[in-house]
Amino acid sequence: MTNTIVIAELNKGSIHSTTKELVSAAQMLGSSCTVVVPCTDSSVADSISSTSGVEKVIVAKSDIFANYDASGWASAIDSVTPEGIIIASASPQSKDLAARLAARRKVSVVQDVVAIQDGKLTSPVYSGKAMQTVSMSGNAVISVRQNVFDASPDGGSAEVSVIDASGNVATAVRELIARASARLDVSEANIIISGGRGMGSPDNFSHLEQIADTLGAAVGASRAAVDTWDDIPHSMQVGQTGKTVNPNLYIAVGISGAIQHLAGMRSSKYIVAINKDPDAPIFQHADYGIVATWEEALPVLQSSLSAMM
Amino acid sequence: MTKIAVLVKQVPDTNSKIVISGDSVDLSSVKMVMSPYDEFAVENALRHKESVGGTVTAITVGGAGAEKVLKDAKAIGVDEIVRIDCDSYLDSNALQSILSSMIAEGGFEVVYCGKSAADTGAGSTGPGIAEHLGWASVSNITDSNSEGNFTVVAPLNDGNAVIEVTLPAVITCDKGNTKVRKPNVKGIMQAKRAQVDIRACEVPTSSVSVVSQSLPPAKPEGKMYEGGQSASEVARLLRDEANII
Repeated sequence: MTNTIVIAELNKGSIHSTTKELVSAAQMLGSSCTVVVPCTDSSVADSISSTSGVEKVIVAKSDIFANYDASGWASAIDSVTPEGIIIASASPQSKDLAARLAARRKVSVVQDVVAIQDGKLTSPVYSGKAMQTVSMSGNAVISVRQNVFDASPDGGSAEVSVIDASGNVATAVRELIARASARLDVSEANIIISGGRGMGSPDNFSHLEQIADTLGAAVGASRAAVDTWDDIPHSMQVGQTGKTVNPNLYIAVGISGAIQHLAGMRSSKYIVAINKDPDAPIFQHADYGIVATWEEALPVLQSSLSAMM
Repeated sequence: MTKIAVLVKQVPDTNSKIVISGDSVDLSSVKMVMSPYDEFAVENALRHKESVGGTVTAITVGGAGAEKVLKDAKAIGVDEIVRIDCDSYLDSNALQSILSSMIAEGGFEVVYCGKSAADTGAGSTGPGIAEHLGWASVSNITDSNSEGNFTVVAPLNDGNAVIEVTLPAVITCDKGNTKVRKPNVKGIMQAKRAQVDIRACEVPTSSVSVVSQSLPPAKPEGKMYEGGQSASEVARLLRDEANII
């Protein structure tokens, strides 16, 4: 069986829960799963060594892992990573790293995997309007979407080794720019509530923000909303030319469901649509559809959800 | 004289419907356009040239049908247009090998491309060719400044950062607040007459091959409600049926 190596996903200095999903994916592709943890502080690795299916943990410790630098990270991680199929998260940063690691090893990369069967990999193409299944011969690097595979359970005791890694950094951070809003980004959220042009004005997005605060959700927007109103930044845009998201719950308010919006959110686990037009295409993709104006529906949704929290 | 390259790709118009025939996508009746993020790459490349001087070369890989996107880039203002003649399927390693040898031979100092192509959505080409070339790369930039030390704005940790990049480098472009220029009549006329520089290439073996393409599984029909009051029922279902709340 092929060796598999999971590159741990880190978030704010600790191992992201999706790493255990990557371990499950690795077990479908081969045996003897090794997890490589790129970090500045080796104590972060404790949380992954007791995961079922993990045989070895290699803690790659280096100051360069404080800030992402594509070439520096690829060379440092490559130097400590054994031969085999490499599995990373399909976050924007880790997809970039996956591409560089694959090129460094002169193998191919398969991004955004959502299913693995008999060694074949399936990913969405044309922004989810179609699915593509590929086969690979030999080793490759793959990235796996979040919230698709079940997390590997606790119950293992992997051997942990710490290695000092090094790589040449080719970029330098000159200035950090705080995000315009302190809100959760749509690409990081498990619940998203998005507004479209049907919200009438950018000021009305405050009603979406209230529900987002209740649920710990991020606020997104359709392209129509971003293009119409300067106050709605592109960073909020969900869709083919914005962000592709895969949350547990996506609430679309005043969004008709243009092909290009559906492309960015259709793989969400649950979809709620609120629209006054009963023929809006978004309803064909909704688990729960409410034909109503947002003015009627949002206050009721807000108070019902608040009562449950 | 800075030699700047921009990689452009032809993809189905993002508003088009994708149909499957047999076990693969049928693009025969779909309108093909320049991949949307590549437009931002062209804009950043042109701005780079305008501030430091030099030339911009647009490069695509494909058959003769892919030349329209080169003409589109020419109409906006690139200097040279190059098509690497290869119409067969290429996996990421094969494509990056072809592009990186072309870029090395051409003596380019900076390469711009879109953050991902609208067909594969992979985003592997930019960082991959940078690694093949041993260059720096920064992905998903929303702004660039080539006056003085070359800097870009890109996402980092929880926010954005101004990042100084040592050239040579590959830069992949997101939309941000970048406004792309539109072609004028003179540009369109020049593009019509422009010669495409066609290069042959050796096609490396691909280790990843496509088995099948299909439509995504249809979702079971959802539950529909009338009127705003039903939002309380939906909230209850999100808790009791979907187990999300």
